[in-house]
Amino acid sequence: MSDLTIAQKMLGGEVAVRSAPYFPRKKKRITGRSIAIIIFLSICAIFFCVPLYVVIITSFKTMEQIREGAMFSLPNVWTLEAWDHAWNSACSGINCNGLKVGFWNSVQILFPSLILSIGISMITGYALALWNVRWAGGFLFLLFICAFVPFQIIMFPLISMTAAIKVYGNVWGVAIVHAVLAMPVLTLIFRNYYKDIPQEIMSAAVMDSGSFWKIFVEIILPMSGNILIVVLILQITSIWNDYLIGVTFGGMGSQPMTVNLANLITISTGTTRYNDNMAAALQTAIPPLVIYFFVGKLFVQGITAGAIKG
Amino acid sequence: MPKVSFEHITKTYGNVPVLKDLNLAIDDGDFLVLLGPSGCGKTTLLNLLAGLIDVTDGRIMIGDRDVTDVDPKDRGLAMVFQSYALYPTKTVYGNLKFGLSASKLPKDEVERRIAWAAKLLQIEPLLNRKPAHLSGGQRQRVAIGRALVKNVGVFLFDEPLSNLDAKLRTETRLEIKKLHDTLKTTIVYVTHDQIEAMTMATKIAVMNGGVIQQFGTPDEIYERPANLFVAGFIGSPAMNLRKVKLSIANGKTEAVFGSGVRFDLSDYRFATAPQDGAEVILGLRPEHFLVGAGTAADSAATFEVPVQYAERTGPDASAYFVLENDLLALRVEPAVAAGLKPGQVVPVRYLKGKAHLFDAQTGQRM
Ligand SMILES: Nc1ncnc2c1ncn2[C@@H]1O[C@H](COP(=O)(O)OP(=O)(O)OP(=O)(O)O)[C@@H](O)[C@H]1O
Ligand SMILES: [Mg+2]
Repeated sequence: MSDLTIAQKMLGGEVAVRSAPYFPRKKKRITGRSIAIIIFLSICAIFFCVPLYVVIITSFKTMEQIREGAMFSLPNVWTLEAWDHAWNSACSGINCNGLKVGFWNSVQILFPSLILSIGISMITGYALALWNVRWAGGFLFLLFICAFVPFQIIMFPLISMTAAIKVYGNVWGVAIVHAVLAMPVLTLIFRNYYKDIPQEIMSAAVMDSGSFWKIFVEIILPMSGNILIVVLILQITSIWNDYLIGVTFGGMGSQPMTVNLANLITISTGTTRYNDNMAAALQTAIPPLVIYFFVGKLFVQGITAGAIKG
Repeated sequence: MPKVSFEHITKTYGNVPVLKDLNLAIDDGDFLVLLGPSGCGKTTLLNLLAGLIDVTDGRIMIGDRDVTDVDPKDRGLAMVFQSYALYPTKTVYGNLKFGLSASKLPKDEVERRIAWAAKLLQIEPLLNRKPAHLSGGQRQRVAIGRALVKNVGVFLFDEPLSNLDAKLRTETRLEIKKLHDTLKTTIVYVTHDQIEAMTMATKIAVMNGGVIQQFGTPDEIYERPANLFVAGFIGSPAMNLRKVKLSIANGKTEAVFGSGVRFDLSDYRFATAPQDGAEVILGLRPEHFLVGAGTAADSAATFEVPVQYAERTGPDASAYFVLENDLLALRVEPAVAAGLKPGQVVPVRYLKGKAHLFDAQTGQRM
């Protein structure tokens, strides 16, 4: 397919060259303007790159070298000691079991939260977009308003509510709160996506089966691939990077990795172990990155391909 | 058994009435075509029957069952949509199978029906393809197949051919007609194409503005249009409609044109008694004209009119003349059309017994 287009382009190009009069293209000069742009972009890049560089190399250094100063120098000896320490035995409060505890908590929070938040908003969006729901307009407006309510305002009611249904302080509490908070935006996203499904397909499905769930599972879900990937990435990032919900609703036993990381960095006595901290920061940041690498390409396709091919 | 009837159906969207007190009944095995211009409410009527939208008022019966409030899947109908509405993520086989998902059939019966429909529609080699990999005509067959497997008494079609090219449309038209002849099911078919309507229907309901203008067989509709709308809508080129005055003198009924031409109506079967001097609309079909002068015995009137232009439309030709500052359309033989020079004044005559008369006030046939 793409080969064909390239071949066609080449063919077209050749014809154009033969038939069109020859206009010499002006050589691009480096002007003051482009220099300014290049400098600006370089500064931007440096803003991101320099700290990243420092974080990475510091995590591989020994404490002796760090004490010498020289922040930008490469490690004399490359060592994974700090990575190992941060993962296995760094202290968060009184527990010195390292970040791995938080990591597994985060994983345990991630999956129920993802399933709950995406599942609920997907089905709500499907119902709102494709079925005759009474007051659908009002409900959508309400959701839209809810998307703007700051979490802090409803934090205390949510604590009492989760406590009332006995999920406060465990993974499920965190998952439910994630689902509740993500619902307005995700529902609107799904609803708008499903609104583009041709009405006649839905009519046909209603005449063929008529079952809300069967139509969802067999017809609509398979058509949701693109938007699912987009939402999945949004949700994985926001759930993994969340701190406030985790620290508030996770209790002592199931605090996510971000909370672990914060404790590890802020509550340390004696000299700050920069290499451990940097390694811990990187360990926390890597999981979403890995996911980007795997599904990043699909993500771009999902965002650009809005149309449903029939 | 499935006799479909609409009783006093009213449908309004918000405050906008789309269908007003509509009554219609069709018999088992009928091929009903709902024909009308765009926006007249054909799809609305079909969707009401299918149960995809709710009636504002009235009752829909299928057989002796009141289905007004019955779920679409339980009405015993199958529908073919204009855009085919195939499920894009399912194969052809999956599409046909999903068509049966409401009827809890045993597995081998499902297989048997799919095989039967696939064979009938010659889509067996396509069963494992996705709709995106089918041509328009093939998609059309799959859509029909998905309706066929349900084995119901009433099939609904909403402009199923409008996305096909002219040749394929003719072929598919014939196939649907053949299908109707073999299966002997009741079909309700929506179109705004009068050729489709005339060729396939056993009954036509001509609609305009949410009202059924005439309901009858294709011949009745064509030969005895009930009012001016039907007269003008059916036929191509359209019927020539002219305002004339009735004159009844010495037992002879005539229509008098403004230019003084007298049109013999002595063999016209009036449904309502004609009044001398009444203003009426005279309808003249293009194909009932002949070029050249005739005798009083075989022609109702002869006009001396100048040629405007002639055009060939495949096997026959149309010629346009100027009569009282308005174009008069005639169907003529291509050989005759070739001999007509613009501006040339020629005599044309209208056959006896082929005129249509409509009341100028009400538009109803007289
Ligand atoms: N959901 C709706 N809300 C408001 N008005 C509607 C709605 N659906 C249809 N209408 C109106 O009802 C009228 C009839 O529509 P309908 O789709 O039945 O026309 P149609 O005869 O099928 O036309 P076409 O040949 O173009 O398909 C139109 O004037 C249309 O604007
Ligand atoms: Mg329509």
